[in-house]
Amino acid sequence: MAVNFGSRRIVVGAHYGLRDWLSQRVTAALMALFTLALLLQVVLSKGPLGYDRWAAIFSTQWMKVLTFVVIVALIYHVWVGMRDIWMDYIKPVSLRLSLQVFTIAWLVGCAGWSIQVLWRL
Amino acid sequence: MNELASKPPAKRPEFRNIHALRDLPGYRLPLAGLVSILHRISGALMFLLLPFIIWMFDTSVSSEISFTRFTGAFNKGVGPLAGWFMKLVALALIWAFLHHLIAGLRHLWMDVHHAVDAQFGKRSAAVTLVLSVALTVILGAKLLGAY
Repeated sequence: MAVNFGSRRIVVGAHYGLRDWLSQRVTAALMALFTLALLLQVVLSKGPLGYDRWAAIFSTQWMKVLTFVVIVALIYHVWVGMRDIWMDYIKPVSLRLSLQVFTIAWLVGCAGWSIQVLWRL
Repeated sequence: MNELASKPPAKRPEFRNIHALRDLPGYRLPLAGLVSILHRISGALMFLLLPFIIWMFDTSVSSEISFTRFTGAFNKGVGPLAGWFMKLVALALIWAFLHHLIAGLRHLWMDVHHAVDAQFGKRSAAVTLVLSVALTVILGAKLLGAY
C-alpha cells in the first residue's frame, strides 16, 4: 500500500464534513427551541410589551444561561454557513482567506458585544 | 423505423461554466432550488446585519432610556436613517429569519424521515415559500401599523 501519512499524505478533504453537518443541525435545533421559548414568553405575558416586561424576560437566570448558549451556538452556526459560502464562490485563496478571517473577527466581535449586553442585565 | 426514432433530438439548453448575468436570469430553478438559494441569501443577510440585531437587543433591554431610543429609531429615525427605512430593514430581517427557520426545519424533517423523493421536495419547498412570505406579510403589516 502506498504511503499515506506525513508529507506524502493524499489530502482528500479536511475531515470535518460529518462534524459540520451535525453541528449545523444541533445548533439550528437549539436556536429553534430558543425562538419558541422566547415567543411563548412574549405571547403569554399580559398587557402591552413595554421595557419592564421585555427586560424581565431576559433577566431570569435560566433565560440568561439559555441565551448565552444560543449566542455561542449561533456564532458556530454562522461560521459554518459563511465558510461554505466563501468556499463555494470565492476561488482565489488570498481573497478567501481574508474573507474567512474577516468572518471570524466579525463573529467574535458580535459575540463579545451580545454577551456584554446579557451580562449587565 | 418509427416516427419517434427518426426525429432529431430537441435542442435543449446547456449550462456550463455558469455566468451570473448571462445564464442565471434565464435559468428556471425548481422550487426546491429557489428555497435553497434563498436559504443562503437570507443567512448571509442576517450575518451582515448581525451588529444591527445586537444593537436592537442592546437598546431594547439595557435601560428605560435606551428602550425609548430603540422605539424612537423606528418611529422618528436614528441619525441619518429615517424611521420608515429602519422598519424596512427590520422587515427584511423578519423575512430572512422566517425563511431561514422554515427552510431549516424542512432540512431537519428530511434528515429525520429520509424524505428525499422529488415530490416531497417540491411540495415542502412550496410550503416553505408560502408560509414564510405569508408570515412576513402578517408581521410586516403589524410593523407598518396596519392593525
